[in-house]
Amino acid sequence: MQISGAQMVIEALIAEGVDTVFGYPGGAIMNIYDEIYKQDKFEHILTRHEQAAVHAAEGYSKASGKVGVAMITSGPGFTNAVTGLADAYMDSIPIVVISGQVPMSLIGTDAFQEIDAVGISRSCTKHNYLVTDAKDLARILKEAFYIASSGRPGPVHVDIPKDVTAQIANFDYSIELDLETYKPHTKGNPRQIKKAMEAIAKAKRPLFYLGGGIINSNAAYEVRDLVHATGIPAVETFMARGTLSHDDEYLISMLGMHGSYAANMAMSETDLVIGLGARFDDRVTGKLSEFAKNAGVIHVDIDPASISKLVNADYPIVGDVKNVVEEMLRLSSNINPLKYASWRDTIKNFDTLHPLTYHEDTDRLKPQWVIQRVGELLGDDANISTDVGQHQMWTAQFYPFTRPRQWISSGGLGTMGFGFPAAMGVKAASPDKVSINITGDGSILMNCQELMTAVEKKLPVINIILNNNYLGMVRQWQTLFYDKRHSETDLSVQPDFVKLAEAFGGIGYRVTTKDEFDAALKDAIEKNIVTFIDVVVERLENVMPMVPSGGSLFNMMLLEKKEKK
Amino acid sequence: MEKSERRVISVIVVNEASVLSRITDLFSGRGYNITSLTVAPIPESKYSRLTIVTSGSVRVIEQITKQLHKLIPVLRVYEHADLVEKEMALIKFPASENITDIATLCSAYNGKIVNVGDNIIIAMVADEPKRVDNFLKIINKYNPKEIVRSGAVALER
Repeated sequence: MQISGAQMVIEALIAEGVDTVFGYPGGAIMNIYDEIYKQDKFEHILTRHEQAAVHAAEGYSKASGKVGVAMITSGPGFTNAVTGLADAYMDSIPIVVISGQVPMSLIGTDAFQEIDAVGISRSCTKHNYLVTDAKDLARILKEAFYIASSGRPGPVHVDIPKDVTAQIANFDYSIELDLETYKPHTKGNPRQIKKAMEAIAKAKRPLFYLGGGIINSNAAYEVRDLVHATGIPAVETFMARGTLSHDDEYLISMLGMHGSYAANMAMSETDLVIGLGARFDDRVTGKLSEFAKNAGVIHVDIDPASISKLVNADYPIVGDVKNVVEEMLRLSSNINPLKYASWRDTIKNFDTLHPLTYHEDTDRLKPQWVIQRVGELLGDDANISTDVGQHQMWTAQFYPFTRPRQWISSGGLGTMGFGFPAAMGVKAASPDKVSINITGDGSILMNCQELMTAVEKKLPVINIILNNNYLGMVRQWQTLFYDKRHSETDLSVQPDFVKLAEAFGGIGYRVTTKDEFDAALKDAIEKNIVTFIDVVVERLENVMPMVPSGGSLFNMMLLEKKEKK
Repeated sequence: MEKSERRVISVIVVNEASVLSRITDLFSGRGYNITSLTVAPIPESKYSRLTIVTSGSVRVIEQITKQLHKLIPVLRVYEHADLVEKEMALIKFPASENITDIATLCSAYNGKIVNVGDNIIIAMVADEPKRVDNFLKIINKYNPKEIVRSGAVALER
């Protein structure tokens, strides 16, 4: 059919089954917004900042498993969105971001709100396009959705000049894609899988190292089956939280810089690392030369470039972790779970020696208690987003996750300001669950304008601000490694968070006791409006245990032991 | 430190806008070296062929080929082990230099005099990059005014 470029964008989104678009209009994308106005097939959620639109699309995608969509204008609209693109790139989140661009005739003339958008997004997207003719739009948008969601997922950026959105051309979305140069390898090599299973059968102290790729490939339940069938203990990366349920007897905990002692010791003592969709990130491995030093490595990943990038893989398997795990499960019958009982006991002893815990030894609330309490009160009924900092690590450590896609956090890029807009996207994707954003007094101010979006669109995100009047994580490093010189991290001056929430039409609570916290959370859930719960917590609490940057996993700073009162 | 080795990599890419930037951005963004890079369309196809001379440890070279392959418009990446490699150089000499000597030298390096003007002589050679290095060292005594090298092109044997 002969339609305008702008209409094509709408038709493509409908054909892709998109039900929610996050965005912010502006000059170069007005033709598309004019078509959004005329349609009723999907909802457009107007965020109050382009960065928030992209984070909301990420949150939507992470909670639903679908491709998230954000739409922005040229120039500053686009540059504001770059942080979101980079965040999605680092965490392999499938999103499509459509930006307006100045008309073709003005490109290269330093026109109003012109910037070389594809030039900027090239290094922080899986792929990008500058559309130069409306006749290419159907193919490009179809490719964009396919590339974003297939293989190792990631963000795809499509930049469309304003005159292209006005141009009339033929639109046929039923075209078959012919991507000769892009063919993700999804099926693992059967011989390699067999060899890997033989290695597992021979290992004495094997360890599953579960990564975020499992969540992306919707393989968590297959992985649960494999873990239970083999009886091999498992550690999770930050991105993989929720793969196993928190009460799974084979789950040790998270590993890495703020992983548990038992998880890091298990990784140091294992003789065979079974990496599934994990990428041996520096926050996980610590000092590389000491990482799992005596172990063989099985590495399953859909991205060949992830394999042997940092840690040499003895059994590299390129493939979709879901397919590979199903195949491994089929070959797992000769593995006797009882064989690893003493290895599991060893790990349990590590955990008894230095459990993941904290001391309630101050008058102020401990941040860890707040997170555990949310877990006790809501558990499986909540989806948990976070911002970035101490609160994020405590949430990863202490929240009782029960399912994949329950945990939404910025891992790779570590983007402060991610949590609140992401939690809005999560709520849009998963309206039946309570959407919690656990945040800090630093992070929340980086996208607090989204109170307006949440009020307008009735996205009742409950923001729990663990307020220690510090940029806590940087303060912690300053305390530990910079001789307590707290350079520019004291946030004693801060807004009245209750009034801030109320000013936008949300509700706010300031709580200092356990009872007040319970009451506030209960009330917020009942009122079902966007909320700030400003929780006054112990100022100088540190995230423990900790592997100092560049240190070895087995050489952790541990929580000081205290006599039980 | 792992040993750094010189490597020649050929990349077949879809001949489309900004594809070269994707390649060079990858190298600069990930801190890889480019010693030389040549690119030209492959006749009667929608592809172009790049020849990149780079250096790095075995691990780095493996990453380079994998990361290149990850780019969407990249069809194939060849990390050459056994190859025929040639590079061209053009050299401008003052006309006062001994043209017979230069011509003789050029012919030893698969080259010749390609232009003679009132004030200058231009010579070309086409040979293996190492031999081109050598040639350029030898002709130094003829006071070359300008030298331009093409970068290497290569084919697997």
